[in-house]
This record gives sequence, C-alpha cells and structure tokens, in this order.
Amino acid sequence: MSKVKNLQDLKKMRDDLKGKITLREKSDHPDSLVQIKVSMATCGIASGARDTMNYMVDELESQAVDAVVTQTGCMGYCYAEPTIEVTLPGEKPVVFGQVDTKKASEIIEKYIKNGELVDGIIPDSYETIDKK
Amino acid sequence: MAKYKNHILVCGGTGCRASESEAIASNLNASLSENNLQDDVQVVRTGCFGFCEKGPVVKMVPDNTFYVHVAPDDAEDIVLEHVIKGRKVERLLYVDPETKEHVSDSRHMDFYKKQLRIALRNCGFINPENIDEYIARDGYSALGTIMEEMTPEAAINVVKDSGLRGRGGGGFPSGLKWELTRKSEADQKYVVCNADEGDPGAFMDRSILEGDPHSVLEAMAICGYCIGADRGLIYIRAEYPLAIKRLKIAIEQARDYGLLGNDIFGTGFNFDVEIRYGAGAFVCGEETALIHSMEGLRGEPTVKPPFPAQSGYKEKPTNVNNVETFANIPAIFLKGADWFKKIGTEKSPGTKVFALAGKVNNVGLIEVPMGTTLREVIFDIGGGIKGGKKFKAVQTGGPSGGCLTEDHLDLAIDYDGLLASGSMMGSGGMIVMDEDDCMVSVAKFYLDFTVEESCGKCTPCRVGNKRLHEMLDKITLGQGEEGDLTRLRNLANVIKDTALCGLGQTSPNPVLSTMDNFPEEYQSHVKESKCPAGQCRALMQYVINSKLCVGCTLCSRVCPVDAISGEKKLPHVIDSSVCIKCGACIEKCKFGAISIQ
Repeated sequence: MSKVKNLQDLKKMRDDLKGKITLREKSDHPDSLVQIKVSMATCGIASGARDTMNYMVDELESQAVDAVVTQTGCMGYCYAEPTIEVTLPGEKPVVFGQVDTKKASEIIEKYIKNGELVDGIIPDSYETIDKK
Repeated sequence: MAKYKNHILVCGGTGCRASESEAIASNLNASLSENNLQDDVQVVRTGCFGFCEKGPVVKMVPDNTFYVHVAPDDAEDIVLEHVIKGRKVERLLYVDPETKEHVSDSRHMDFYKKQLRIALRNCGFINPENIDEYIARDGYSALGTIMEEMTPEAAINVVKDSGLRGRGGGGFPSGLKWELTRKSEADQKYVVCNADEGDPGAFMDRSILEGDPHSVLEAMAICGYCIGADRGLIYIRAEYPLAIKRLKIAIEQARDYGLLGNDIFGTGFNFDVEIRYGAGAFVCGEETALIHSMEGLRGEPTVKPPFPAQSGYKEKPTNVNNVETFANIPAIFLKGADWFKKIGTEKSPGTKVFALAGKVNNVGLIEVPMGTTLREVIFDIGGGIKGGKKFKAVQTGGPSGGCLTEDHLDLAIDYDGLLASGSMMGSGGMIVMDEDDCMVSVAKFYLDFTVEESCGKCTPCRVGNKRLHEMLDKITLGQGEEGDLTRLRNLANVIKDTALCGLGQTSPNPVLSTMDNFPEEYQSHVKESKCPAGQCRALMQYVINSKLCVGCTLCSRVCPVDAISGEKKLPHVIDSSVCIKCGACIEKCKFGAISIQ
C-alpha cells in the first residue's frame, strides 16, 4: 500500500473510498433522498427486475443523484412487472410499471430529476392499513 | 471491485460476539454465496451498536432495518426473506415495550431518539479493522489539516475553546492540560492514552477501542503534534483482548499508510504509538499510578505536584488523556470548537457516553448531550425500570461516585451538577436500582471493591476503608449499635480528607451519599434490625401465618435444617434461631402461608 504523502493525497483517497460507505451514510437519513423500491419477487426477477435495479443503482450514481435503491417484495402488479416505487423527498410514492432499463432511464431523466410524470404510472387504487 | 447494493452490519462488540455474532456473520456469508449474492451484499462486522440488551444486533442497509436478538440460525431467513424477497423478518424486529408494536427502523426507537453520538460516531457504522472505512468518514483529515495549516499553539487553542473536559472522571479542561505539557521544556515528551477502564460495569472505552480504534490513534497524533511529543503509549488492561487485537491491527494499518511513523504527511513530524498492558488494578486508572505501572514499578500513586505535564513517564513531560476524551478530538477539529460548544451545557460542553446498567429495561451503551436529565436517560432511553418496579436510586461515577434519588431525577447531567448533588461524573458508569435494592448493601458492595483495589500505600485508604467496611458489615448483620452511624460518618470524612490519591479520597462517597439520601434505611437497620428492601438476610424473619397454614407438613419436610415443627393438620412454626433463610419453604407452600418480615 502506498503511503499517504500529504493532505491532498488523503483527501483524494477519502473521495475514492467514500463510495464504500455512502450506502450506510444515506441510510441514516433516507427521508431526504429519493427512495426507490424495486419489486423483486420471483415474478419481478423473472421479468428482469434485477437488471432494472442494477441499472438504476449504476445510473443514479454516475449522474450523482442522491438516492437509496432497495428491493422489496411483490407489489401485486404481476401484469406490469418489473414495477418500481419512487418516492421523491416530501412527495407521495408513485408506482411505475413495466420498467425495463429504457423506461428506467426515462424515469430518472424526467421524474426523478425534473419532477415530470411519465407514462406507465400505476394509480394507487388501494388503501393501506395505515390510512384506516 | 464488486459493487454492493446492500450492506448487512453485524455487531462485533464483545457483548454480541459472546452471543455468537461471529457465527451469524459467517452464516450470512455462507447463505449469500449459496444464493449467488456475494457480489451484491456485503457483510460488515462493526463495533458496538450500544443496544446490548437486545444483542446480537444486525442492521440492514440501506433500508435501515434493525434486527435484535439474532441467532446464527436466523441468517438464512434474513437472506431468503429480507435480501431476496424484500420482506422484513417480523419476528426479529424490535418490539416497542409500550405500544407492543414492531419497530423496524432504529431511528424510531426510543433508545436511539435522544442520543447524539460524537465519541461513538463510528461505532456500529464502520468496520473497525479497515482503515479505509475510517478514512472514508473523514478519518485522519483532522490530523492532516492541523499539520498543514495550523501551528501547535493554534491547535491547542481550538481544544481550549471547545471547552472539552477530561472524560475519565475528573473533568479537567483538556486544552489546558495540553498547553501545560507544551510549555514544559524537555528533549522528550509523551502522549499517554489511559485505557485502564476500571469502574464496575463501565465499558465505554472498550467499546470505542473495539469499534473505532483509529479515532484514538488520530487524536493521539494530534496531541503529539500539539505538545511536541513523538511517542504515544496506550495503557490498556490485558482483560480487553478484542480491543487490543483491533488496536494492533489499526496501528499496523496506520503505519502502512504512513499515518503513524516518520515524516507524517510529508511535514517531517514523527509519531508512533505502542501498547502497554495493565494487569487490571483499579488504582492504575489514576494517572501517576498508571505512569509508575508503565515504568515497571508498583502501580502506586504519588503526590501531585509535580503533575505529569511537568514530570511524568520516565520523568519527562507527559500528557495523559482517557480514551473517550481522545475520541472527541478529531470531531472537534473537523466541525470546529463553536459547534462543539453549542452541544451540552455551558460549563460541560459536548456529550458523554454512559454504560447504562442495573434494573432498567434497555441495558446498553449510550451517548447523550451533557445537560440531559437523569429521567430522560433512565426512563426514555433506558425504557424505565424492569418488571414495572419502582425506581429507587441511580449510582453514577462508579466506586468514587454516589447514589442519587428520585428527587434528583430532573437533574441535568454535567460535571458540576453531579458534584453539587453529592455524586460525580466518573468515567460514566450508571447503575439503576429499584425498590428491592438495599442501600446499605449497595454502599458495602462498592466498599468491597475499593478495599480490594486499595494499593495499600496510605493508611487512611488501606486501614480506614477496611474499618468502614467492617462497620457496614455489622449493620447489615443486624448488630449495629447506637453511635455506629456517627462513627461511620466521621471516619468516612477523615478518609476523604486525608487519603493520598483520588481512589482513597472518593472511596467513602457511596457511604456518605447513601447516608445522606437514605438516612431512614440506615436507621431501620440499626434501631429496628430491619432491612426495608428485604435484602439483608440476617435481618429477615420467615414467619408462618397460623390462619393460613393447614398443617400439610410440606415445608417441614423440605427444610434442610429442620427449623420447622408442628403436628399434622395443625399450624406449623419456624424456629428463627435455626432457620438459615434459604427460602425453600416459601417455594413449596401451596397456601401462601409463609412470609418474610
């Protein structure tokens, strides 16, 4: 391992290493970040949810969008897999269906970065026990 | 490099390791490989999370799910359910004791809500055996910035301005100590880290060394730069094998990176650290005794002055700070003295780590801003008294501290507030007692400890404490006489005034504070030969209620010393002179006829 020669060296090192723990840093305050849940039950995975998730993780990182991407279970929209739920800070969650990597890129560009809605939204047609 | 989408943080503190957290981590890894997820999910062993009551603790990142009481067998469920299917494993979630609801997110738990973690900032967050994770959290950048941009004097002023006081117990202003050591002229100076944590039940220094060893090494190097020392020594008790192991790893890694050793940051400054082992004597936490022990002499204190800042290790100027004090230093430089001063109270800025123990629901390691009240610590963070019993007292400051009562519950915790109310901060042990605890026995317990730990050098401590202990023993045996309480108090005050070092001067505190705060309890032991808490065996009487006893003879048959007699189908009686108070009869009696008086 090369030695740290000066403060600049250390700072560069820190910036390179930050990626290793940003996931943990973010989990301390997820409410202030874009939260994305990818439905990853058997049907979701079979329809390509893992690719969608990997794509979103990489893409958001390379575009430096602060987001937390997690997997979740079946959302029930089997006809529209892969599905993802996006929660912008301070907004209600929105569910998108049939999200392949192309759709994912559109969602990132339009909805996540600019707040514009895109086609493919699955309306929230149920009530949760929290609301009751 | 594999890019992980989830991290699973497994607590690697001593407590959780004792409950097989190592096996949990390896089972998680095995299960992840089985499901071909080893490149997606990283298992990280961290330092202590603090919530030891619920250990072993596992935290899922990024969704912040907090699993408690995890067993090695649960690893597979966590992988199959949580990681693969994204469903939380309900049965492993924390249950809120009040609402009985599952709480999945640690930020919503009462235990964590009121805490502010500065000294423990990295514990339970980074892998302590990996310097990269420390650097990623701005590790060593305080050291680098100081060395490139500040003079030692300016850096000392930051510590002075922050108002940081020694976390080992005395509360001496750290900046002033550094300044005094800087001003002493010598060809060689030393930085010593006091990791000889000795209060019964206190384990904050161990947890910091186990969870974030680099923060202490960085602070020692900063101190070395400020006072002009190129050698650091960590005095740690040999009973802390895991802390020692992680320290050694940390020292090696820091040397490899050139963050310890010669020419650090290319500034020509040299600093290296070595570890010295203590045999675990309580008195060696006192700085002069500690220095003697490191020199290979008996661990005995000497009169100050000269202070170690003038003449310490090998008669050279030495700056001794405790682990928690050091752990605060990098954070103060990164965020500034003003930031630190805003936390806590005016005279005691910052936070304090406490080892919360005794009869509270949430036993564990907590860090709160100074000025937090005892009530908040015990009832909000600690979750109240176990089994719904009544709060009686809280002991702070270990064997040197005192017991505080219900009247003190709204006392804001800081150095001066605790001192004024007859206790002290100490290193941060906090033991909660309920109505079943006898305060005379509590005082005796602490005195047991100081009698055992007295180094024997000065008479007040060596002989005085022994006599104090004998008097307390007499009282708990019901042989106390009129006048004993006055004698007890007089002797305690004499020891306080005449003992040589901190150990002796503070050893009568538990006796004096319990006498002040619970006078009626001492009175009833001496005058009525009764222990109100029902703890002193010698003062208990087992009595059979003749109205409830049906004469079934069960008790007389189970009594190991044949103290119970009586005709069949007629009420029995217990002969108190024979009874050894073992309690076997009470357990057997089906009619609730036997009671303790």
